[in-house]
Amino acid sequence: MINLISRLCGKISPLSIKDYKNNKGFKALEKVLFKMEPENVIDEVKNSNLRGRGGAAFPTGLKWSFVASEKNECKYVICNADEGEPGTFKDKILLDGCPFQVIEGMIIAGYAVGANTGYIYIRGEYPKSRNILTKALDILRNEGYLGKNILGKEFSFDIEIRSGAGAYVCGEETALIESIEGNPGRSRFKPPYPPNQGLWGRPTLVNNVETLANIPIILSIGSKEYKEYGTESSAGTKLLSVSGSVVNKGVYEVEFGITLREVIYDICGGLKDNKRLKFVQLGGSSGACLPKEMLDTKLDFDKLNELDIGLGSGAVFVGNEDTCILDFIKSTMEFFKHESCGKCTPCREGNRHIINIINRIIDGDGTERDLELLNSLALLMKDTSLCGLGQAAPTALITTMKYFSEEYIEHIKGYCKTGSCGKGEF
Amino acid sequence: MDFKKKVLDIIKNKGETSDKLLEILLEVQNKTKGKYLSEEALIIISNELKIPLSKVYGVATFYSMISTKKRGKYLVQICNSSPCYLNGGKMVTKTFEKLLNIKVGETTKDNLFTLEYTSCIGACDIAPAIKINDEVYGNLTPEKIKSLLNVLRKEDVK
Ligand SMILES: Cc1cc2nc3c(=O)[nH]c(=O)nc-3n(C[C@H](O)[C@H](O)[C@H](O)COP(=O)(O)O)c2cc1C
Ligand code: FES
Repeated sequence: MINLISRLCGKISPLSIKDYKNNKGFKALEKVLFKMEPENVIDEVKNSNLRGRGGAAFPTGLKWSFVASEKNECKYVICNADEGEPGTFKDKILLDGCPFQVIEGMIIAGYAVGANTGYIYIRGEYPKSRNILTKALDILRNEGYLGKNILGKEFSFDIEIRSGAGAYVCGEETALIESIEGNPGRSRFKPPYPPNQGLWGRPTLVNNVETLANIPIILSIGSKEYKEYGTESSAGTKLLSVSGSVVNKGVYEVEFGITLREVIYDICGGLKDNKRLKFVQLGGSSGACLPKEMLDTKLDFDKLNELDIGLGSGAVFVGNEDTCILDFIKSTMEFFKHESCGKCTPCREGNRHIINIINRIIDGDGTERDLELLNSLALLMKDTSLCGLGQAAPTALITTMKYFSEEYIEHIKGYCKTGSCGKGEF
Repeated sequence: MDFKKKVLDIIKNKGETSDKLLEILLEVQNKTKGKYLSEEALIIISNELKIPLSKVYGVATFYSMISTKKRGKYLVQICNSSPCYLNGGKMVTKTFEKLLNIKVGETTKDNLFTLEYTSCIGACDIAPAIKINDEVYGNLTPEKIKSLLNVLRKEDVK
């Protein structure tokens, strides 16, 4: 474990600007405003190799340069605080623990890309975090860190908070933009991408809370020192949200390069009640399920890429031997069915059909043909859905059919050795 | 204060532009007894923001936190995403349904409790978790749920 990005969370009073400043808060912003041109800031972020922490792992500096190169008198910076991926609760730690750091990152982003307005889109399920943010913004306006001519410089920037209202898809950047515009949060066709045409058609930078919280650190210690954390391909640290059957659940900041085994057994104290581990789901409900044979997989973008899995939001869900894979897949697919925005057919219909088939198999009425059907539906959704929601919805299904195929067969034969899907008997 | 005035105040406060629709809907729901949006509220908002009623309704029904059906004083939202579902979530649902004698999606006759499902509320480290109004409760057991309901019932009498 390490304390780099989350170093102040729980250590300072979240709304004390004095505490924050006593701990090098706003040093990065001062350096940026007084000593750096926007291009230099972008170069520094590029050099740091920071990649987005919201799920897609897109190179942050590159994204910033796209927005910066747009010629438009009005641009926006959006902080994606929708944190809807099941099993993910790390942005909340940053927002509640050190809101000034996230906001400092946003102001720097605004300066770098040439935006004067920011939005924080926070999920409706976090009303307390929203209150903290509202207070933090008021404090910063009073102190001259937000508003016109920040710290006496020519640069002006202000931030507005918008609430989500219980829609997972609104974490997807174009759906989020639709939601801020006052519409149902349905994903847009891409391209155009938000850096070219985002909020109200203007160039828009969307970054995750954790990505933005990295920014003040990178600019204060410099990209070179920052890269000493993590691995060659994955610089820095990651906040993991660990849930499920481990002894110590919670949010842990780790350096890239750590293995899942180290996370689960060294940091989280292994499994509760000495149960055996069955699988680990990496990246929340839209992530891959890995069997225990893969516990030595290193958390590193390139290494994961080779295995065709993503780190996603950094959620680590640990399932023990009592978990029925089909029951788990059923609840996962119910989630996606409920959250599908309904705009594209593969996602709207695919989730329903998968649930029907899974239920059939759980009820003991499944056949081998159902497995083929599941497979083709899953691939269809992955390849043809409009946005990441539908594309990633079948990931857990695909990976469990690959690594736990015997459990599907077992249910088709009419029994479940865990008994937890409710069909324990012959 | 009469209802229309209350809604108009909220609209004025949030701003009368169409992009504020969701913020307004949430706030009006929050300030309405029964935590829902009545047809009357939707019509007022539609007229004031000059957005067709169909669209206001479309936005209201797209988001799961917004309801167009009256709810109880205590809105019990049970997390049914996998980390909770697999760690006692099923027990939580069963226990609430039994103790309140209603199914998920229903409200008790005394209008005190409504049971709903919610997707992950970011409390997976204390699974199984629920939300009652703005408060999160975790590590639930049948006993805890029982005493929680008793406390809320007593609070209501006060
Ligand atoms: C269905 C779906 C849900 C998403 N939810 C979130 C979310 O809650 N928070 C987030 O930061 N990114 C989320 N994303 C990713 C965003 O679309 C976007 O890539 C991200 O906010 C970019 O920020 P980053 O580059 O800093 O990671 C989601 C994507 C999809 C497809
Ligand atoms: S899964 Fe229930 S709170 Fe996250």
